Amino acid sequence: MKSIIAQELVKTYDKGAVKALDGLSLEVEEGTVLGLLGPNGAGKTTTVRVLATLLTPDSGSATVAGIDVLKHPDEVRKIIGLSGQYAALDETLTGWDNLTMFGRLYHLNSAASKKRAEELLEKFSLTDAAKRPIRTYSGGMRRRLDLAASLIVKPKVLFLDEPTTGLDPRGRMEMWDVIDELVKGGVTLLLTTQYLEEADHLADSIAVIDTGKVIARGTADELKNQVGGERLEITVEVDQIAAATKLVELVSGTTPTVDSGIRRISAPVSNGSASLIQVLRLLDDAKIHPLDIGLKRPSLDDVFISLTGHVAEVISEEVVGGKNAAKRK
Amino acid sequence: MLQSVSDFLVITKRQLLQMIRIPEVLIFATIQPAMFVLLFRYVFGGAIDSGVDGGYVQLLMPGIFVQTVAFTLAATAVGLAADMQKGLIDRFRSLPISRSAVVIGRTVGDTLQNVVTLVVMGLVGFLVGWRPSSGPVKIFLGFLFLLAFGYSMSWIGVLIGLSVREERVAQNLVFMTVFPLTFLSNAFAPTTGMPKVLQYFAEWNPVSTMVAACRELFGTENIFGATANSWPSQNPILMSLIYMILLVAIFAPISVRKYVRVSK
Repeated sequence: MKSIIAQELVKTYDKGAVKALDGLSLEVEEGTVLGLLGPNGAGKTTTVRVLATLLTPDSGSATVAGIDVLKHPDEVRKIIGLSGQYAALDETLTGWDNLTMFGRLYHLNSAASKKRAEELLEKFSLTDAAKRPIRTYSGGMRRRLDLAASLIVKPKVLFLDEPTTGLDPRGRMEMWDVIDELVKGGVTLLLTTQYLEEADHLADSIAVIDTGKVIARGTADELKNQVGGERLEITVEVDQIAAATKLVELVSGTTPTVDSGIRRISAPVSNGSASLIQVLRLLDDAKIHPLDIGLKRPSLDDVFISLTGHVAEVISEEVVGGKNAAKRK
Repeated sequence: MLQSVSDFLVITKRQLLQMIRIPEVLIFATIQPAMFVLLFRYVFGGAIDSGVDGGYVQLLMPGIFVQTVAFTLAATAVGLAADMQKGLIDRFRSLPISRSAVVIGRTVGDTLQNVVTLVVMGLVGFLVGWRPSSGPVKIFLGFLFLLAFGYSMSWIGVLIGLSVREERVAQNLVFMTVFPLTFLSNAFAPTTGMPKVLQYFAEWNPVSTMVAACRELFGTENIFGATANSWPSQNPILMSLIYMILLVAIFAPISVRKYVRVSK
Protein backbone atom coordinates (compact mmCIF):
# COMPACT_ATOMS: atom_id res chain seq x y z
CA MET A 1 0.00 0.00 0.00
CA LYS A 2 1.16 3.51 -0.74
CA SER A 3 1.45 5.57 2.38
CA ILE A 4 2.23 8.88 0.71
CA ILE A 5 1.01 9.86 -2.74
CA ALA A 6 1.61 13.27 -4.27
CA GLN A 7 0.28 14.00 -7.72
CA GLU A 8 1.26 16.86 -9.97
CA LEU A 9 1.84 19.35 -7.15
CA VAL A 10 2.31 22.92 -8.31
CA LYS A 11 3.14 25.84 -6.06
CA THR A 12 4.19 29.22 -7.34
CA TYR A 13 5.15 32.41 -5.60
CA ASP A 14 5.20 36.04 -6.60
CA LYS A 15 2.28 35.57 -9.01
CA GLY A 16 3.81 32.65 -10.83
CA ALA A 17 7.27 34.18 -11.21
CA VAL A 18 8.84 31.65 -8.86
CA LYS A 19 7.92 28.00 -9.32
CA ALA A 20 8.65 26.18 -6.09
CA LEU A 21 6.87 23.02 -7.24
CA ASP A 22 6.40 22.33 -10.91
CA GLY A 23 4.23 19.24 -11.21
CA LEU A 24 5.93 17.16 -8.57
CA SER A 25 4.69 13.59 -8.11
CA LEU A 26 5.94 10.92 -5.76
CA GLU A 27 4.86 7.79 -3.93
CA VAL A 28 6.12 6.15 -0.79
CA GLU A 29 5.32 2.55 0.01
CA GLU A 30 4.09 1.93 3.55
CA GLY A 31 6.88 1.16 6.00
CA THR A 32 9.66 2.35 3.70
CA VAL A 33 11.94 5.35 3.62
CA LEU A 34 12.01 7.73 0.68
CA GLY A 35 14.92 10.12 0.49
CA LEU A 36 14.08 13.33 -1.31
CA LEU A 37 17.44 14.46 -2.59
CA GLY A 38 18.14 17.84 -4.09
CA PRO A 39 20.05 21.09 -3.72
CA ASN A 40 18.80 24.08 -1.79
CA GLY A 41 15.80 25.63 -3.45
CA ALA A 42 14.86 22.50 -5.38
CA GLY A 43 11.48 22.25 -3.66
CA LYS A 44 12.20 19.71 -0.92
CA THR A 45 10.92 21.81 1.94
CA THR A 46 7.91 23.00 -0.05
CA THR A 47 6.98 19.38 -0.76
CA VAL A 48 7.18 18.49 2.92
CA ARG A 49 5.17 21.56 3.86
CA VAL A 50 2.38 20.63 1.45
CA LEU A 51 2.27 17.01 2.66
CA ALA A 52 2.32 18.12 6.30
CA THR A 53 -0.74 20.38 5.69
CA LEU A 54 1.18 23.61 6.26
CA LEU A 55 0.93 24.87 2.72
CA THR A 56 -1.85 24.67 0.14
CA PRO A 57 -0.60 23.95 -3.37
CA ASP A 58 -1.93 25.89 -6.37
CA SER A 59 -2.92 22.60 -7.96
CA GLY A 60 -2.39 18.89 -7.61
CA SER A 61 -3.44 16.44 -4.93
CA ALA A 62 -1.89 14.44 -2.14
CA THR A 63 -2.85 11.72 0.29
CA VAL A 64 -1.11 10.62 3.45
CA ALA A 65 -2.07 7.19 4.82
CA GLY A 66 -5.02 7.29 2.45
CA ILE A 67 -6.32 10.63 3.77
CA ASP A 68 -6.68 13.57 1.42
CA VAL A 69 -4.30 16.26 2.63
CA LEU A 70 -6.29 19.13 1.15
CA LYS A 71 -9.76 17.94 2.15
CA HIS A 72 -9.07 16.58 5.62
CA PRO A 73 -5.97 18.30 6.96
CA ASP A 74 -7.08 17.83 10.57
CA GLU A 75 -7.22 14.06 10.15
CA VAL A 76 -3.77 14.09 8.57
CA ARG A 77 -2.35 16.11 11.46
CA LYS A 78 -3.35 13.40 13.90
CA ILE A 79 -1.17 10.74 12.28
CA ILE A 80 1.91 12.59 11.08
CA GLY A 81 5.07 13.76 12.75
CA LEU A 82 7.09 16.67 11.39
CA SER A 83 10.59 17.69 12.26
CA GLY A 84 12.08 20.55 10.33
CA GLN A 85 15.55 21.77 9.59
CA TYR A 86 15.12 24.56 12.08
CA ALA A 87 14.57 22.97 15.44
CA ALA A 88 11.10 24.28 16.18
CA LEU A 89 11.02 24.27 19.93
CA ASP A 90 10.48 26.84 22.62
CA GLU A 91 14.06 27.72 23.45
CA THR A 92 13.27 29.35 26.76
CA LEU A 93 11.59 26.23 28.10
CA THR A 94 13.28 23.02 29.15
CA GLY A 95 13.25 19.81 27.14
CA TRP A 96 10.75 18.41 29.59
CA ASP A 97 8.47 21.49 29.28
CA ASN A 98 8.53 21.22 25.52
CA LEU A 99 7.69 17.54 25.32
CA THR A 100 4.89 17.69 27.87
CA MET A 101 3.46 20.77 26.14
CA PHE A 102 3.43 19.04 22.75
CA GLY A 103 2.01 15.91 24.41
CA ARG A 104 -0.88 17.95 25.74
CA LEU A 105 -1.38 19.50 22.31
CA TYR A 106 -1.60 16.00 20.84
CA HIS A 107 -4.39 15.57 23.39
CA LEU A 108 -2.70 13.16 25.72
CA ASN A 109 -3.84 13.67 29.28
CA SER A 110 -1.45 15.11 31.81
CA ALA A 111 -0.19 11.77 33.13
CA ALA A 112 0.20 10.25 29.67
CA SER A 113 2.07 13.27 28.34
CA LYS A 114 4.51 13.11 31.25
CA LYS A 115 5.06 9.40 30.79
CA ARG A 116 5.64 9.85 27.06
CA ALA A 117 8.05 12.74 27.68
CA GLU A 118 10.03 10.56 30.05
CA GLU A 119 10.17 7.69 27.55
CA LEU A 120 11.29 9.92 24.72
CA LEU A 121 13.93 11.74 26.74
CA GLU A 122 15.31 8.37 27.76
CA LYS A 123 15.22 7.03 24.21
CA PHE A 124 17.06 10.04 22.82
CA SER A 125 19.62 10.17 25.64
CA LEU A 126 18.38 13.52 26.86
CA THR A 127 17.27 12.56 30.36
CA ASP A 128 20.19 14.43 31.94
CA ALA A 129 19.35 17.59 30.03
CA ALA A 130 15.59 17.33 30.62
CA LYS A 131 15.45 20.19 33.11
CA ARG A 132 17.70 22.54 31.18
CA PRO A 133 16.40 25.23 28.83
CA ILE A 134 16.78 24.28 25.17
CA ARG A 135 18.96 27.31 24.50
CA THR A 136 21.73 25.55 26.43
CA TYR A 137 21.54 22.45 24.18
CA SER A 138 24.02 21.62 21.41
CA GLY A 139 22.79 21.52 17.82
CA GLY A 140 22.61 17.73 17.89
CA MET A 141 20.64 17.69 21.13
CA ARG A 142 18.14 20.18 19.75
CA ARG A 143 17.59 18.08 16.66
CA ARG A 144 17.08 14.98 18.76
CA LEU A 145 14.56 16.75 20.95
CA ASP A 146 12.84 18.17 17.90
CA LEU A 147 12.60 14.67 16.48
CA ALA A 148 11.33 13.38 19.83
CA ALA A 149 8.58 16.02 19.74
CA SER A 150 7.44 14.71 16.38
CA LEU A 151 7.17 11.15 17.73
CA ILE A 152 4.89 11.85 20.66
CA VAL A 153 1.87 10.08 19.22
CA LYS A 154 3.83 7.39 17.33
CA PRO A 155 2.99 8.81 13.92
CA LYS A 156 2.18 6.55 10.99
CA VAL A 157 4.02 8.86 8.64
CA LEU A 158 7.03 10.91 9.57
CA PHE A 159 8.49 13.87 7.67
CA LEU A 160 12.07 14.86 8.39
CA ASP A 161 13.23 17.97 6.60
CA GLU A 162 17.02 17.97 6.39
CA PRO A 163 17.48 16.35 9.78
CA THR A 164 21.27 16.66 9.77
CA THR A 165 21.92 19.95 7.97
CA GLY A 166 24.24 22.06 10.04
CA LEU A 167 25.27 19.27 12.39
CA ASP A 168 28.89 18.33 12.94
CA PRO A 169 29.94 14.81 11.85
CA ARG A 170 29.36 13.39 15.30
CA GLY A 171 25.91 14.94 15.57
CA ARG A 172 25.12 13.56 12.14
CA MET A 173 26.17 10.04 13.11
CA GLU A 174 24.05 10.19 16.25
CA MET A 175 21.08 11.39 14.27
CA TRP A 176 21.54 8.60 11.73
CA ASP A 177 21.54 6.02 14.51
CA VAL A 178 18.33 7.46 15.92
CA ILE A 179 16.64 7.47 12.51
CA ASP A 180 17.85 3.92 11.78
CA GLU A 181 16.25 2.82 15.01
CA LEU A 182 12.95 4.50 14.06
CA VAL A 183 12.89 2.94 10.65
CA LYS A 184 13.27 -0.52 12.19
CA GLY A 185 10.08 0.28 14.10
CA GLY A 186 8.23 0.34 10.78
CA VAL A 187 7.35 4.00 10.35
CA THR A 188 6.89 5.38 6.85
CA LEU A 189 9.45 8.11 6.45
CA LEU A 190 9.94 10.87 3.96
CA LEU A 191 13.31 12.43 4.46
CA THR A 192 14.81 15.36 2.62
CA THR A 193 18.52 15.81 2.32
CA GLN A 194 21.22 17.50 0.31
CA TYR A 195 23.63 14.66 0.90
CA LEU A 196 23.72 11.64 -1.39
CA GLU A 197 25.58 9.80 1.32
CA GLU A 198 22.76 10.40 3.77
CA ALA A 199 20.07 9.29 1.37
CA ASP A 200 22.24 6.29 0.59
CA HIS A 201 22.53 5.38 4.24
CA LEU A 202 18.96 5.98 5.38
CA ALA A 203 16.61 5.59 2.44
CA ASP A 204 15.18 2.53 0.70
CA SER A 205 14.66 4.55 -2.42
CA ILE A 206 15.62 8.02 -3.54
CA ALA A 207 13.83 10.65 -5.58
CA VAL A 208 16.10 13.34 -6.96
CA ILE A 209 14.39 16.68 -7.33
CA ASP A 210 15.42 19.81 -9.12
CA THR A 211 13.46 23.00 -9.86
CA GLY A 212 10.30 21.58 -8.34
CA LYS A 213 10.21 18.29 -10.25
CA VAL A 214 11.33 14.73 -9.62
CA ILE A 215 14.01 14.14 -12.23
CA ALA A 216 15.11 10.65 -11.27
CA ARG A 217 14.18 7.92 -8.88
CA GLY A 218 15.60 4.63 -7.85
CA THR A 219 17.73 3.01 -5.20
CA ALA A 220 21.05 4.54 -4.27
CA ASP A 221 22.92 1.97 -6.35
CA GLU A 222 20.75 2.55 -9.38
CA LEU A 223 21.37 6.27 -9.19
CA LYS A 224 25.06 5.86 -8.72
CA ASN A 225 25.25 3.62 -11.72
CA GLN A 226 23.43 6.27 -13.70
CA VAL A 227 26.10 8.72 -12.65
CA GLY A 228 28.80 6.30 -13.67
CA GLY A 229 29.85 4.75 -10.40
CA GLU A 230 33.29 5.25 -8.94
CA ARG A 231 36.24 6.84 -10.65
CA LEU A 232 39.86 6.09 -10.15
CA GLU A 233 42.00 9.20 -10.00
CA ILE A 234 45.75 9.39 -9.85
CA THR A 235 48.18 12.25 -9.98
CA VAL A 236 51.77 11.66 -11.15
CA GLU A 237 54.86 13.59 -12.20
CA VAL A 238 54.66 15.12 -15.70
CA ASP A 239 57.16 12.74 -17.29
CA GLN A 240 55.23 9.73 -16.03
CA ILE A 241 51.77 10.71 -17.31
CA ALA A 242 52.02 8.68 -20.51
CA ALA A 243 53.16 5.50 -18.78
CA ALA A 244 50.64 5.80 -15.98
CA THR A 245 47.79 6.46 -18.42
CA LYS A 246 48.54 3.16 -20.15
CA LEU A 247 48.35 1.30 -16.86
CA VAL A 248 45.07 2.94 -15.88
CA GLU A 249 43.66 2.08 -19.29
CA LEU A 250 44.72 -1.52 -18.79
CA VAL A 251 42.89 -1.78 -15.48
CA SER A 252 39.76 0.23 -16.26
CA GLY A 253 39.30 -1.04 -19.78
CA THR A 254 38.42 2.44 -21.03
CA THR A 255 40.40 5.40 -22.27
CA PRO A 256 41.21 7.54 -19.24
CA THR A 257 40.64 11.27 -19.09
CA VAL A 258 43.95 13.08 -18.73
CA ASP A 259 44.22 16.60 -17.35
CA SER A 260 47.88 17.38 -17.95
CA GLY A 261 47.57 20.78 -16.28
CA ILE A 262 47.09 19.21 -12.89
CA ARG A 263 48.76 15.95 -13.99
CA ARG A 264 45.65 13.93 -13.19
CA ILE A 265 44.50 10.77 -14.89
CA SER A 266 41.02 9.50 -14.18
CA ALA A 267 38.80 6.69 -15.41
CA PRO A 268 35.58 5.02 -14.33
CA VAL A 269 36.05 1.66 -12.63
CA SER A 270 33.46 -0.93 -11.79
CA ASN A 271 35.06 -2.79 -8.91
CA GLY A 272 36.58 0.11 -7.00
CA SER A 273 39.02 -1.18 -4.41
CA ALA A 274 40.18 -4.16 -6.46
CA SER A 275 41.04 -1.83 -9.33
CA LEU A 276 42.82 0.47 -6.98
CA ILE A 277 45.05 -2.31 -5.66
CA GLN A 278 45.73 -3.58 -9.16
CA VAL A 279 46.78 -0.15 -10.37
CA LEU A 280 48.98 0.36 -7.33
CA ARG A 281 50.79 -2.92 -8.02
CA LEU A 282 51.31 -2.07 -11.67
CA LEU A 283 52.56 1.41 -10.80
CA ASP A 284 54.94 -0.03 -8.26
CA ASP A 285 56.28 -2.56 -10.77
CA ALA A 286 56.79 0.30 -13.23
CA LYS A 287 58.58 2.32 -10.52
CA ILE A 288 56.01 5.10 -10.82
CA HIS A 289 55.24 6.77 -7.52
CA PRO A 290 51.92 8.57 -7.66
CA LEU A 291 51.64 11.88 -5.83
CA ASP A 292 48.04 11.14 -5.09
CA ILE A 293 45.76 8.24 -5.77
CA GLY A 294 42.23 7.43 -4.82
CA LEU A 295 38.71 6.41 -5.65
CA LYS A 296 36.19 9.17 -6.06
CA ARG A 297 32.63 8.29 -5.21
CA PRO A 298 29.90 10.13 -7.04
CA SER A 299 28.72 13.16 -5.15
CA LEU A 300 25.45 15.04 -5.31
CA ASP A 301 27.14 17.36 -7.77
CA ASP A 302 27.95 14.43 -10.01
CA VAL A 303 24.36 13.22 -9.84
CA PHE A 304 23.18 16.65 -10.76
CA ILE A 305 25.56 17.22 -13.57
CA SER A 306 24.71 13.87 -15.04
CA LEU A 307 20.95 14.19 -14.57
CA THR A 308 20.35 17.82 -15.35
CA GLY A 309 23.41 18.84 -17.28
CA HIS A 310 23.97 21.73 -14.92
CA VAL A 311 25.76 22.21 -11.67
CA ALA A 312 23.49 22.18 -8.64
CA GLU A 313 22.80 25.80 -7.99
CA VAL A 314 23.82 26.58 -4.49
CA ILE A 315 21.38 29.01 -3.00
CA SER A 316 21.69 29.57 0.69
CA GLU A 317 18.76 27.91 2.44
CA GLU A 318 18.63 30.94 4.72
CA VAL A 319 17.63 33.01 1.76
CA VAL A 320 15.21 30.48 0.35
CA GLY A 321 13.60 29.64 3.66
CA GLY A 322 13.77 33.06 5.22
CA LYS A 323 13.90 36.14 3.08
CA ASN A 324 12.06 35.00 0.00
CA ALA A 325 9.59 33.16 2.16
CA ALA A 326 8.96 36.36 4.06
CA LYS A 327 7.65 37.86 0.85
CA ARG A 328 5.43 34.89 0.24
CA LYS A 329 1.88 34.93 1.35
CA MET B 1 -15.21 22.84 22.03
CA LEU B 2 -13.82 21.62 25.34
CA GLN B 3 -10.81 20.43 23.43
CA SER B 4 -10.21 23.91 22.00
CA VAL B 5 -10.31 25.39 25.49
CA SER B 6 -7.75 22.91 26.72
CA ASP B 7 -5.59 23.63 23.64
CA PHE B 8 -5.43 27.34 24.30
CA LEU B 9 -4.83 26.79 28.00
CA VAL B 10 -1.76 24.71 27.13
CA ILE B 11 -0.45 27.62 25.04
CA THR B 12 -1.21 30.09 27.83
CA LYS B 13 0.54 27.84 30.31
CA ARG B 14 3.56 27.84 28.04
CA GLN B 15 3.80 31.60 28.45
CA LEU B 16 3.47 31.45 32.20
CA LEU B 17 6.24 28.84 32.21
CA GLN B 18 8.39 31.21 30.15
CA MET B 19 7.92 33.83 32.86
CA ILE B 20 9.21 31.37 35.42
CA ARG B 21 12.08 30.08 33.26
CA ILE B 22 13.29 33.54 32.28
CA PRO B 23 12.20 35.88 35.06
CA GLU B 24 14.36 38.64 33.57
CA VAL B 25 11.66 39.30 31.01
CA LEU B 26 8.98 39.87 33.59
CA ILE B 27 11.29 41.83 35.83
CA PHE B 28 12.20 44.09 32.94
CA ALA B 29 8.55 44.41 31.94
CA THR B 30 7.75 45.62 35.46
CA ILE B 31 10.79 47.75 36.11
CA GLN B 32 10.23 49.82 33.00
CA PRO B 33 6.72 51.02 33.92
CA ALA B 34 7.75 51.46 37.55
CA MET B 35 10.62 53.64 36.34
CA PHE B 36 8.18 55.64 34.22
CA VAL B 37 6.02 56.21 37.30
CA LEU B 38 8.99 57.54 39.25
CA LEU B 39 10.36 59.67 36.40
CA PHE B 40 7.07 61.31 35.51
CA ARG B 41 6.07 61.68 39.14
CA TYR B 42 9.24 63.55 40.07
CA VAL B 43 10.28 65.19 36.79
CA PHE B 44 6.95 66.53 35.52
CA GLY B 45 5.06 66.30 38.79
CA GLY B 46 6.79 69.38 40.10
CA ALA B 47 6.41 71.37 36.89
CA ILE B 48 2.82 70.63 35.98
CA ASP B 49 0.22 72.45 37.99
CA SER B 50 -2.35 69.69 38.19
CA GLY B 51 -5.03 71.49 40.13
CA VAL B 52 -6.46 68.26 41.51
CA ASP B 53 -6.49 67.00 45.07
CA GLY B 54 -3.49 64.86 45.77
CA GLY B 55 -1.46 66.38 42.96
CA TYR B 56 -0.16 65.27 39.55
CA VAL B 57 0.35 61.64 40.55
CA GLN B 58 -3.45 61.13 40.66
CA LEU B 59 -3.66 62.10 36.97
CA LEU B 60 -0.43 60.40 36.06
CA MET B 61 -1.19 56.88 37.31
CA PRO B 62 -4.18 56.19 35.01
CA GLY B 63 -2.07 57.55 32.14
CA ILE B 64 0.83 55.26 32.84
CA PHE B 65 -1.44 52.28 33.39
CA VAL B 66 -3.04 52.79 29.99
CA GLN B 67 0.30 53.33 28.30
CA THR B 68 1.58 50.11 29.79
CA VAL B 69 -1.38 47.97 28.76
CA ALA B 70 -1.38 49.56 25.29
CA PHE B 71 2.09 48.05 24.94
CA THR B 72 0.60 44.58 25.26
CA LEU B 73 0.36 44.97 21.50
CA ALA B 74 4.14 45.02 21.41
CA ALA B 75 4.55 41.99 23.65
CA THR B 76 2.15 39.97 21.51
CA ALA B 77 3.61 41.09 18.19
CA VAL B 78 7.21 40.46 19.23
CA GLY B 79 6.40 37.12 20.84
CA LEU B 80 4.54 35.80 17.82
CA ALA B 81 7.10 37.13 15.35
CA ALA B 82 9.78 35.27 17.29
CA ASP B 83 7.72 32.07 17.20
CA MET B 84 7.25 32.53 13.45
CA GLN B 85 10.92 33.11 12.91
CA LYS B 86 11.91 30.00 14.83
CA GLY B 87 9.41 27.78 13.04
CA LEU B 88 7.44 27.13 16.19
CA ILE B 89 4.24 28.37 14.56
CA ASP B 90 4.80 25.80 11.82
CA ARG B 91 5.02 23.05 14.37
CA PHE B 92 1.84 24.25 16.08
CA ARG B 93 0.11 24.33 12.73
CA SER B 94 1.10 20.73 12.05
CA LEU B 95 -0.64 19.61 15.26
CA PRO B 96 -4.26 18.52 15.50
CA ILE B 97 -5.29 21.55 17.54
CA SER B 98 -7.99 24.14 16.98
CA ARG B 99 -6.95 26.87 14.57
CA SER B 100 -7.49 29.65 17.06
CA ALA B 101 -5.79 28.02 20.06
CA VAL B 102 -2.32 29.44 19.51
CA VAL B 103 -3.40 33.05 19.05
CA ILE B 104 -6.01 32.99 21.81
CA GLY B 105 -3.52 31.35 24.13
CA ARG B 106 -1.02 34.08 23.32
CA THR B 107 -3.43 36.98 23.92
CA VAL B 108 -4.62 35.49 27.20
CA GLY B 109 -1.05 34.81 28.29
CA ASP B 110 -0.01 38.37 27.57
CA THR B 111 -3.00 39.62 29.54
CA LEU B 112 -2.02 37.52 32.53
CA GLN B 113 1.42 39.12 32.39
CA ASN B 114 -0.34 42.45 32.60
CA VAL B 115 -1.91 41.41 35.88
CA VAL B 116 1.53 41.09 37.43
CA THR B 117 2.73 44.34 35.86
CA LEU B 118 -0.32 46.31 37.02
CA VAL B 119 -0.02 45.05 40.58
CA VAL B 120 3.61 46.13 40.76
CA MET B 121 2.85 49.52 39.23
CA GLY B 122 -0.10 50.07 41.53
CA LEU B 123 2.10 49.43 44.53
CA VAL B 124 4.85 51.74 43.28
CA GLY B 125 2.16 54.37 42.59
CA PHE B 126 0.80 54.01 46.07
CA LEU B 127 4.29 54.49 47.50
CA VAL B 128 4.69 57.80 45.66
CA GLY B 129 1.31 59.15 46.67
CA TRP B 130 -1.35 57.70 44.37
CA ARG B 131 -4.59 57.42 46.32
CA PRO B 132 -7.59 56.25 44.26
CA SER B 133 -10.64 57.61 46.04
CA SER B 134 -13.57 55.87 44.35
CA GLY B 135 -13.92 52.82 46.56
CA PRO B 136 -12.93 49.17 46.05
CA VAL B 137 -15.58 48.23 43.48
CA LYS B 138 -14.75 51.06 41.11
CA ILE B 139 -11.03 50.58 41.60
CA PHE B 140 -11.43 46.89 40.74
CA LEU B 141 -13.50 47.84 37.69
CA GLY B 142 -10.77 50.27 36.70
CA PHE B 143 -8.16 47.51 36.66
CA LEU B 144 -10.53 45.19 34.84
CA PHE B 145 -10.99 47.90 32.23
CA LEU B 146 -7.23 48.17 31.84
CA LEU B 147 -6.84 44.41 31.37
CA ALA B 148 -9.66 44.37 28.82
CA PHE B 149 -8.03 47.21 26.88
CA GLY B 150 -4.69 45.41 26.93
CA TYR B 151 -6.40 42.27 25.67
CA SER B 152 -8.02 44.06 22.73
CA MET B 153 -4.73 45.76 21.81
CA SER B 154 -3.11 42.34 21.91
CA TRP B 155 -5.18 41.27 18.89
CA ILE B 156 -3.58 43.99 16.75
CA GLY B 157 -0.27 42.56 17.94
CA VAL B 158 -1.25 39.11 16.66
CA LEU B 159 -1.79 40.43 13.17
CA ILE B 160 1.46 42.42 13.23
CA GLY B 161 3.49 39.54 14.64
CA LEU B 162 2.22 37.06 12.06
CA SER B 163 2.68 39.55 9.24
CA VAL B 164 6.21 40.80 9.84
CA ARG B 165 7.63 37.39 10.91
CA GLU B 166 10.81 38.88 12.30
CA GLU B 167 11.26 39.75 15.91
CA ARG B 168 13.32 42.86 15.35
CA VAL B 169 11.05 44.27 12.67
CA ALA B 170 8.04 43.70 14.90
CA GLN B 171 9.78 45.48 17.74
CA ASN B 172 10.63 48.57 15.70
CA LEU B 173 7.24 48.73 14.08
CA VAL B 174 5.19 48.57 17.25
CA PHE B 175 7.33 51.01 19.18
CA MET B 176 7.11 53.50 16.33
CA THR B 177 3.32 53.32 16.37
CA VAL B 178 2.40 52.78 20.02
CA PHE B 179 4.68 55.44 21.49
CA PRO B 180 3.18 58.35 19.54
CA LEU B 181 -0.29 56.99 20.19
CA THR B 182 0.25 57.07 23.94
CA PHE B 183 1.80 60.55 23.91
CA LEU B 184 -0.72 62.14 21.53
CA SER B 185 -3.24 61.82 24.32
CA ASN B 186 -4.29 63.22 27.65
CA ALA B 187 -2.17 60.65 29.49
CA PHE B 188 0.62 62.92 30.72
CA ALA B 189 -0.29 66.50 29.92
CA PRO B 190 -3.36 68.56 29.02
CA THR B 191 -4.32 68.36 25.37
CA THR B 192 -5.06 72.10 25.34
CA GLY B 193 -1.45 72.88 24.59
CA MET B 194 -1.53 70.93 21.32
CA PRO B 195 -2.31 72.39 17.87
CA LYS B 196 -6.04 72.18 17.09
CA VAL B 197 -5.73 69.19 14.72
CA LEU B 198 -3.80 67.18 17.26
CA GLN B 199 -6.31 68.10 19.93
CA TYR B 200 -9.09 66.44 17.94
CA PHE B 201 -6.91 63.43 17.29
CA ALA B 202 -6.01 63.25 20.98
CA GLU B 203 -9.63 63.39 22.05
CA TRP B 204 -10.69 60.56 19.75
CA ASN B 205 -7.57 58.56 20.52
CA PRO B 206 -8.59 55.34 22.34
CA VAL B 207 -5.69 55.92 24.72
CA SER B 208 -7.29 59.22 25.79
CA THR B 209 -10.75 57.76 26.27
CA MET B 210 -9.22 54.94 28.28
CA VAL B 211 -7.22 57.35 30.43
CA ALA B 212 -10.30 59.48 30.99
CA ALA B 213 -12.35 56.39 31.83
CA CYS B 214 -9.74 55.18 34.32
CA ARG B 215 -9.49 58.60 35.95
CA GLU B 216 -13.23 58.47 36.40
CA LEU B 217 -13.13 54.95 37.80
CA PHE B 218 -10.26 55.77 40.14
CA GLY B 219 -12.02 58.94 41.29
CA THR B 220 -9.93 61.77 39.82
CA GLU B 221 -11.30 64.64 37.81
CA ASN B 222 -9.98 64.42 34.25
CA ILE B 223 -8.74 67.97 33.84
CA PHE B 224 -6.31 66.95 31.06
CA GLY B 225 -9.05 66.15 28.57
CA ALA B 226 -12.44 67.37 27.45
CA THR B 227 -11.07 70.64 26.10
CA ALA B 228 -12.87 70.37 22.79
CA ASN B 229 -15.96 68.97 24.42
CA SER B 230 -16.10 66.12 21.96
CA TRP B 231 -18.42 63.16 22.49
CA PRO B 232 -15.65 60.70 23.40
CA SER B 233 -14.32 63.03 26.07
CA GLN B 234 -17.83 63.40 27.47
CA ASN B 235 -18.49 59.63 27.50
CA PRO B 236 -15.09 58.07 28.02
CA ILE B 237 -16.25 54.78 29.54
CA LEU B 238 -18.79 54.05 26.84
CA MET B 239 -16.42 55.16 24.07
CA SER B 240 -13.64 52.99 25.45
CA LEU B 241 -15.95 49.99 25.53
CA ILE B 242 -16.95 50.62 21.94
CA TYR B 243 -13.28 50.84 20.95
CA MET B 244 -12.46 47.57 22.69
CA ILE B 245 -15.37 45.74 21.07
CA LEU B 246 -14.39 47.14 17.68
CA LEU B 247 -10.76 46.14 18.10
CA VAL B 248 -11.60 42.54 18.98
CA ALA B 249 -14.41 42.28 16.42
CA ILE B 250 -12.12 43.47 13.64
CA PHE B 251 -8.74 42.06 14.56
CA ALA B 252 -9.61 38.69 16.11
CA PRO B 253 -11.17 37.19 12.94
CA ILE B 254 -8.52 38.71 10.66
CA SER B 255 -5.75 37.44 12.92
CA VAL B 256 -7.12 33.92 13.14
CA ARG B 257 -7.48 33.84 9.37
CA LYS B 258 -3.93 35.05 9.05
CA TYR B 259 -2.76 32.28 11.35
CA VAL B 260 -4.55 29.60 9.35
CA ARG B 261 -2.94 30.78 6.11
CA VAL B 262 0.36 31.98 7.39
CA SER B 263 3.25 30.11 6.00
CA LYS B 264 6.86 30.63 6.65
